[in-house]
Amino acid sequence: HEQKCVKCKEGPPVVVIRAGDAFCRDCFKAFYVHKFRAMLGKNRLIFPGEKVLLAWSGGPSSSSMVWQVLEGLSQDSAKRLRFVPGVIYVDEGAACGQSAEDRAETLAQVKLVLQTVGFPWHLVALEEVFGLPPSVLCCSVPEPTGAEGAYKAAVDSFLRQQHVPQGEGAQDGSSPAQEQGQLCQPPMQKPLGLPSLAGSPAAAQTEALSRLFHSVKTLTAKEELLQTLRTHLILHVARAHGYSKVMTGESCTRLAVKLMTNLALGRGAFLAWDTGFSDERHGDVVLVRPMRDHTLKEVAFYNRLFAVPSVFTPAIDTKAPEKASIHRLMEAFLLRLQTQFPSTVSTVYRTSEKLAKAPRDGRAAGPRCLLCMCALDVDDADSATAFGAQTSPHFSPMQPPAEARPPPAPCCVPGVGRAQGCCRGACGRENPHVCVIEQLCYGCRVNMKDLPSLDPLPPYILAEAQLRSQRAHVLQEVQEYLIVDSDGEATES
Amino acid sequence: MAAPLSVEVEFGGGAELLFDGVKKHQVTLPEQEEPWDIRNLLVWIKKNLLKERPELFIQGDSVRPGILVLINDADWELLVSTSGTFPPLAPTLPALAHIEWLGNPLPYSSPTLSWEAGTVLYP
Repeated sequence: HEQKCVKCKEGPPVVVIRAGDAFCRDCFKAFYVHKFRAMLGKNRLIFPGEKVLLAWSGGPSSSSMVWQVLEGLSQDSAKRLRFVPGVIYVDEGAACGQSAEDRAETLAQVKLVLQTVGFPWHLVALEEVFGLPPSVLCCSVPEPTGAEGAYKAAVDSFLRQQHVPQGEGAQDGSSPAQEQGQLCQPPMQKPLGLPSLAGSPAAAQTEALSRLFHSVKTLTAKEELLQTLRTHLILHVARAHGYSKVMTGESCTRLAVKLMTNLALGRGAFLAWDTGFSDERHGDVVLVRPMRDHTLKEVAFYNRLFAVPSVFTPAIDTKAPEKASIHRLMEAFLLRLQTQFPSTVSTVYRTSEKLAKAPRDGRAAGPRCLLCMCALDVDDADSATAFGAQTSPHFSPMQPPAEARPPPAPCCVPGVGRAQGCCRGACGRENPHVCVIEQLCYGCRVNMKDLPSLDPLPPYILAEAQLRSQRAHVLQEVQEYLIVDSDGEATES
Repeated sequence: MAAPLSVEVEFGGGAELLFDGVKKHQVTLPEQEEPWDIRNLLVWIKKNLLKERPELFIQGDSVRPGILVLINDADWELLVSTSGTFPPLAPTLPALAHIEWLGNPLPYSSPTLSWEAGTVLYP
């Protein structure tokens, strides 16, 4: 056919990008790679020598991301990417109902790809969340990012160091020799407290995760819970190994769906963090989304044309019908609309770029949601709203349906290191369910409604909920004795 | 009259789950009255290859939005008429076509397919 690449006007076109722009293979590759580098470059968040953990799901977008990093790091020095990568793969088979054999087969393929890529890798199973410490839910105060010139100064200083002869201070993983060394290291297993046999998760944990997901009533809630737990796990691994950034592979298409889905889930207040390029809610570890400018079509074509390895694994809603969850419904809606109005996805995406992250009233950080760790979108004073009424301390606690109410058990977990008889007051309500619920943002609360009992949740969540509840209770008790600042805010020790 | 046509059809990116996990299929399309094009190939696939959940693969006359189609390693959209004839014709299959369906017909499926029978693609 007579068509030619719209860019170079010479090569035979192989793919249509956007509305009618046909690109040849080479121009498409240049276009794709450029988008990736530009996304990182213009945001200037990743400093040379920084340790960056790549969250790889096996899917096409994150596989493409890992591949871009691999190629970017091996280029000649002028254009080379300059950070220190690692890869994490989370095996979610237990939550998706996969058999042990299927999981083992998937993991074998995963390991093959990890070996091909050659970065240090971390293979963890989602059920290991049952061994996480409550501290994972605390965000640490981040290092001050410094002035505008800090990034440029860091790059300059890094470049200068590169010219220093080998004997004087080897750089942190930037030289090929060190990367090779890391190849030979045994796979990283992070100590999570519970012993695991030959690298596989304890059967008790697998059982516990399976039980948890079976107890969740809706697919929507399962998806959200899965995402929450996965994030906590990745965060923990990142902290344990000194990674200050985590890269996730969400594409433009996926983020457009996520934006709309999260609106429907009641997470409108947090769209900027949930869909933006960077998400600093955790403080010391920043999440970054370098693939957010790439559509899924571009990703799929790139992977096909340039043989990017990926491992397909069924997800929790694989083969689910269209109305099975809000996520599926929103995805179907957007993709169908896209066929008639090809700018749908990009319009939603452009909107997400405009979302700002200014804190409300310029106030300093308030309490955080226990699960998603966003600043609570709660206005305690405003009891006129349904949400305000729920959070008011005078409101009677939510009563779960009688048949689902757990037997009256002490809500204090012995041995968690708290003072004696501490939480009698704080959790002196009917059941510990309330302890958790009141620490959540609106979106997470709605989600938790689909869990008839919070008991199957991993212990770190319940422990942290109690700790915060106790702390809040103690604070309330000693309120009158605290020295207040001139602006009237009590300070907590 | 269309002569029998030999085609290799490949399903990937999760689409294979609907075909018993089999990715590659070498098929011979029988002789028939109309020329073979994607539309009647889909009908044939639905009848002869698809094992379950047709709604996850086919929507109306076309593939479900999100499923990507390649013909001989090139974007199917390239073959759709852009000359402005109305309505655009379903691309007819070149002889010895290798047709690939990519894309997770499941959550977060692949890229957009913008062809729908009888709809104008580009304004």
